[in-house]
Amino acid sequence: MSRTLHIDWTKCDGRGLCTELLPGLLGRDDWGYPVARRGDRTDIAIGRDDAEAADEAIKLCPKLALRVVGGGAGSSGRPAGC
Amino acid sequence: MTFRETAVPESTGWRAPVGTFLLFAAGTDAGYARHVDTFGPLDVDSVGPELISVLEASGLTGRGGAAFASWRKMAATAQSRPAGILAPRPVVIGNGAEGEPLSFKDKTLLAEAPHLVIDGLLAAARAVGGSQLYLYAGPSNFPALERAISERPAARGIRLAEAPDRFIAGEASAAVNAIATGSALPFDKRRRLSESGLKNRPTLVLNVETLAHIALIARYGAAWFRSVGSAVDPGTRLISVSGPGPDQVLEVAGNVSLGEVLYLSQIDMANVTAVLVGGYHGRWVKPLDYKLSISGPASHVVRPGAGVFHVLPAGYCGLETTAGIVDYLAGESARQCGPCMFGLPAMAGVLNRIAYRERDPRLVRELERLGRLVAGRGACHHPDGTIQLIGSALDVFSDEIKAHLAGTCTTVNGRAA
Repeated sequence: MSRTLHIDWTKCDGRGLCTELLPGLLGRDDWGYPVARRGDRTDIAIGRDDAEAADEAIKLCPKLALRVVGGGAGSSGRPAGC
Repeated sequence: MTFRETAVPESTGWRAPVGTFLLFAAGTDAGYARHVDTFGPLDVDSVGPELISVLEASGLTGRGGAAFASWRKMAATAQSRPAGILAPRPVVIGNGAEGEPLSFKDKTLLAEAPHLVIDGLLAAARAVGGSQLYLYAGPSNFPALERAISERPAARGIRLAEAPDRFIAGEASAAVNAIATGSALPFDKRRRLSESGLKNRPTLVLNVETLAHIALIARYGAAWFRSVGSAVDPGTRLISVSGPGPDQVLEVAGNVSLGEVLYLSQIDMANVTAVLVGGYHGRWVKPLDYKLSISGPASHVVRPGAGVFHVLPAGYCGLETTAGIVDYLAGESARQCGPCMFGLPAMAGVLNRIAYRERDPRLVRELERLGRLVAGRGACHHPDGTIQLIGSALDVFSDEIKAHLAGTCTTVNGRAA
């Protein structure tokens, strides 16, 4: 199972640290919040090249809004679709 | 797959109701005696996990908006129950919160047929091995629910939880949050509610109309349920009809045509500009040959959502109406998620500029850009639902948009209600 970076939008404050660590994965919207450059925008697929930077972003996010889902790391499960 | 066709032995002599007049068959404000007299008794204690297979065969989908297969939710909840005699058992919540201003079918059902909802809640709880039962509803429904619960010893364990009158209060995680903390805000769903909801217990949240259908399917079986509606959208559903004329709740078959709903509602087709189906998170359509069904091509099928059917009369401007709705939706953001908190007011602002005829051709493109920017970025469906509504307005009212950008309006009076 591939790893995804989950953004908890209720915690994210748009500080932008993750977008600096993961420029290939995340841009910023009109208000400074992270936007996935492609694919799902709340559970963002992490390529092998971004794995280390993603771990760092999770550790450094001042709002603790990021989490890795799947791939044996972090918590299990995914957001409910219903 | 095997399932019990019916929980009522044929020898009891109760006949299953037929057609599309089912949920209110016991009449208005039915007490328990008349309820049992109409539908026959339901031996809740004999209900077990096999009800889930019956529901799978019935094809029942949730009537709260998402149209998710009810049996799947229940199976997921039952499977999440940890092993062991002391393990916490699932929580079952009947969701009667109806913050959507154009929706009133759940309030009406709770007021007129509370015993069907209670039957369904008790049966669903038995099927998933649940122990804590809640009915989450607006305070106006409490007197009737308290009276109904007091009529039945088996229902005394059901707790009533108050749903605030806010648009997002009915979202499943908001319902769980309201019961747990008193604050009806959606939360980030790291895990499914069926795994970890109220107090980290497996939690099943079902709309109250869904429970009423479960009450009947538990009695009469899956084939009976499928005798109305279509193969993909079996059974009946309640819809809240508003617009010209009085508000009314109708029970209609799955896959009913828009024309038939208008006919049943006694609304003259000539007096219709467009119909908003599914509510403020729904879709505008012009009443051609659309069917109301949970799936099918968007060119011919419109999804009923939570059953809202709002008719915009002739002479009213759909853009002004939609701009008013989006203003309201922006104000109803829980202000937890940035893209919703900032994106919805931004979209409302641009839509209002179009609606009030600012002659700037870039406005439509800007509105579409904002929609693409905000989509898929929130803990709940509120931003995506709002974007869907705006997208359908841009589509259905495209002639009006051209007129507005030229500084005029195609409607006679050019003013929304």
